[in-house]
Amino acid sequence: MLSVVEHFPVLVVVVSLLSAITIFIAGWINRKTACYISIATLLGQFIASLFILHHVMSIGPIHYRLGGWVPPWGIEYVMDALNAYVLVVLLFLGLVCVIYSKRNIEHELPQKVVSFYTIYQLLITGLCGITVTGDIFNMYVFIEITCLSAYALIASRGKIALKAGFTYLVLGSIGACFFLLGIGFLYSVTGSLNIHDLSLLLPPLYGNRVVLAAFVFFIVGLSIKMALFPLHTWLPDAHAFAPSEVSAMLSGIIIEVSTYAFIRVAFSVFTVNFIKLLPVFEIISWVAAIAIVVGSILAITQSNLKRMLAYSSVANMGYIMLAVGLSTSATRYPWSGLTPASMHILNHALMKGCLFLVAGAFIYKGNLWEIKDFQGLGRRMPYTCAAFVIAAISMIGMPPSVGFVSKLYIILASLEAKQFVFVAVLLLSSLLNLVYFWRVIETMYMKVEEGTEHTSHVPRDEIPLSMLIPVLTLSSLCILMGILWLTKIPIPILNRVNVLFGLVGGP
Amino acid sequence: MIDITESIQPLLALLCPALGSTLILIFGKRPNVREAWTLLASCFQFLIVLSMVPTILDGKRLVCYLFTMFPGIDFGFHVDAFGLLFALTASSLWILVSIYSIGYMRALKEHAQTRFYFCFALAILGAVGVALSGNLVTMYIFYEILTVSTYPLVAHEQSPEALFAGRKYLAYLLTGGTFLLGAIALTYSIAGTTDFRPGGILTGTMASRSMFLILFVLFVIGFMKAAYMPFHSWLPTAMVAPTPVSALLHAVAVVKAGVFGIVRTVGYIYGIDLMRDLGLGVMLTSFAALTMIGASLFAVAQDNLKKRLAYSTISQLSFIIFGVALLSPMGVMGAMIYIPFHGFMKITLFLCAGAILVASGKKNISEMAGIGRAMPVTMLAFTVGALGMCGVPPVAGFISKWFLAIGAVQSGQIVFLALLLIASLLDVVYFYPIIRTAFFEKMPKDEVLNEREAKVELFSKKPKVVETRHPLYYFILIPIIITATISILFCLFPNMFHIYGLAQVAIRDLFGGW
Repeated sequence: MLSVVEHFPVLVVVVSLLSAITIFIAGWINRKTACYISIATLLGQFIASLFILHHVMSIGPIHYRLGGWVPPWGIEYVMDALNAYVLVVLLFLGLVCVIYSKRNIEHELPQKVVSFYTIYQLLITGLCGITVTGDIFNMYVFIEITCLSAYALIASRGKIALKAGFTYLVLGSIGACFFLLGIGFLYSVTGSLNIHDLSLLLPPLYGNRVVLAAFVFFIVGLSIKMALFPLHTWLPDAHAFAPSEVSAMLSGIIIEVSTYAFIRVAFSVFTVNFIKLLPVFEIISWVAAIAIVVGSILAITQSNLKRMLAYSSVANMGYIMLAVGLSTSATRYPWSGLTPASMHILNHALMKGCLFLVAGAFIYKGNLWEIKDFQGLGRRMPYTCAAFVIAAISMIGMPPSVGFVSKLYIILASLEAKQFVFVAVLLLSSLLNLVYFWRVIETMYMKVEEGTEHTSHVPRDEIPLSMLIPVLTLSSLCILMGILWLTKIPIPILNRVNVLFGLVGGP
Repeated sequence: MIDITESIQPLLALLCPALGSTLILIFGKRPNVREAWTLLASCFQFLIVLSMVPTILDGKRLVCYLFTMFPGIDFGFHVDAFGLLFALTASSLWILVSIYSIGYMRALKEHAQTRFYFCFALAILGAVGVALSGNLVTMYIFYEILTVSTYPLVAHEQSPEALFAGRKYLAYLLTGGTFLLGAIALTYSIAGTTDFRPGGILTGTMASRSMFLILFVLFVIGFMKAAYMPFHSWLPTAMVAPTPVSALLHAVAVVKAGVFGIVRTVGYIYGIDLMRDLGLGVMLTSFAALTMIGASLFAVAQDNLKKRLAYSTISQLSFIIFGVALLSPMGVMGAMIYIPFHGFMKITLFLCAGAILVASGKKNISEMAGIGRAMPVTMLAFTVGALGMCGVPPVAGFISKWFLAIGAVQSGQIVFLALLLIASLLDVVYFYPIIRTAFFEKMPKDEVLNEREAKVELFSKKPKVVETRHPLYYFILIPIIITATISILFCLFPNMFHIYGLAQVAIRDLFGGW
């Protein structure tokens, strides 16, 4: 007899899909219901994901067989520590963004409210699907669902966003094709699509050229999806011109889920033993290190806040991939294995989510895109700007924020791997972060508009509460989560991941 | 074994500014209530810090560990004599600067006063946190809080000049902070801990000599707040800040946190013996001597009073580094007591500079002819501070320089003694002209009424006493009198506030019995 929680993985996906259809139909009748249905669904999904995480931590992985078919033939949904954790992160940010979107979408896309929420829910379906599935072809299908719905969302503002969306579509499809090719190659030598099954069938074939080629295809395909430098070119436009909650999702979750897919492929389909045969993780670390530096430098050159944040995401993908690259050589608790990488997935979601939502707030209030136009916002929108400052100093890596913890963990991991260059890169990157974030903070608070006395009273002009609460929640979590990481309370979850993948570690 | 007592006193001491800053923000619209909270928080903090002194003097330690961050690194506080010395300095001066700020900020009708008091409290939180931290990581957290919270204070005026100063300030100090983080991570990977232990944690670890040297350089760059040359120029630039901030930067929190860090590194991370083995002491001493003398020469050339004081600070801070680098008990002793003594003397000087600005609107020394007669008490206090800086008895500076001199002799390097005396002599060179101008030159007859004077409506043509013209000025004058008096008393009774005793305990920890 399955316990109720063991049905949750599939429910999370199916309910989300049904909700998309419901929104479409109900929205036809009454536009206003669309948002509420979406919020309710996501809330339900989020709570379900918490139950899943608890179940995984207390009892063990969940295996759910769709239609009762036995795994190698049927599709299996598997929840282990890694994807249960990613699912929680993903649904949390999804929920926060959807609450934020209510007023913003009414303002920005008044004609497209229903279609927005329908597609948004499809996006969530795709993301949940990628996360929960234990079947690699199924994963591909969900990647396509995510990609297509993200394309539609990016393009939803029309005009230049159409071009941004199109670029994303083309590059995203290329990435997905590579991924599919990888799957095809693996299928041709093993005849299986189930991740667990593959991991059992592959070891004798590790020397096989087809398998090696498949691995390369996976890497390239997913690198495009996660915008790893130098395959990041689609990202800045897409993130800059999408509606802000979508930018937050793109930056905070969508590229992170691609990272998750990479980790899954590298450690579950292939295994640590395979990775140690090749210098591939070393190469990834170096590429990621370059991504960190280049992404940060490009961010400095931007004058548009959202583009700047987009380039900062390129740099942060570098952080995550660097941590992934170091995962096989770092073995000491608590920064062993994948802990820093999975930690930064959550941390980046919080920080970048908050920053993009704040950027959206500026656009909502005054159609302000350019950093130089932010003068005096510190007084006009005190709470929003305070949230921005917290998230920004977190990006810079000030203690005790989440950014600081990530940075410290990755530094300790690279020290253990004796890679001093990476330490230098990480430290340099926090200085570069300082340069581009401080420019914004200075403009918001310190620059005085010409012709005005700084004593003159500026009327307060805050965003509506339903937008402000998500922003403040994320920003306060940037600090609270940082302290929580330092106390190491959530580390056991991540350590379970390391044990799962056979990366040495444990208190 | 050292007697260790668990206590929440360190936590309480930090809670005062933390709560204080929150309350300041809440009562931002009501100036009187807001400033009352500042004063209350500062007084409570001082009392709490003071209450820790007897336990420490008994040779015990107070610890308060909250949670483990990494194996071997706890987030928590570990109060020893040296840390307490710094905490005592910071918290006692916060009270005086708070009183002074009320007068200064109100008299000049500054904008954004809530932000000012809020950030001020946060900066003190950072400084006292640095003082009481039990290991490098905890210290780093507070060190960075201190850096960031001081930025709005430096850029307070929001003019392009102030913005530039703020940017420069951050660029220097956060770069330093980054190096520090690297150094801390490296230390942890070598030693497996970052606790401060008398005698050091690096001794006996498997690291090469060159690694130790690189690490030490990283540490020194990391503590860029100590404003040694050639990384000093953020400090004079930051002088555009309001005077209470300059006082905070120079006497209490920021620069002392840097010096404090260097002393911690030398004494408690490397340990005296390892420093000697590596020959780092001589290197650091020479490096510090360069700044001691160089900064004094720069100071001579400054006409802006606050800038001259800034260079004087740069020079004096290196006295502290110098003292520690001598690696002799007396040298370290001198360095340790220099921290509170210099704090009180330098704050006197800065408060006087601020008082002159408020009462007469003058910033440059060349304009200050005859100011001694218009503001006798202020200038008298200034003279006391200046004499102290030069090391003339009976002002506190004499005691600390005396110890430094003995330390130099103890270390067996007579050259260092000579350097010390030359640097002290140079102090006279740049302080004497100020006093001469203030007291012995005549005030020009027809002074142009400048903007600032019009603002405070207190211009007097005749050398008339202006420093008590307005009730608010008492808020400025009283702290000046107190700090000047204490500067003198420190020389006569060095054990006031148990400073001498604490330093002795710290030396006993570092060197064993002597």
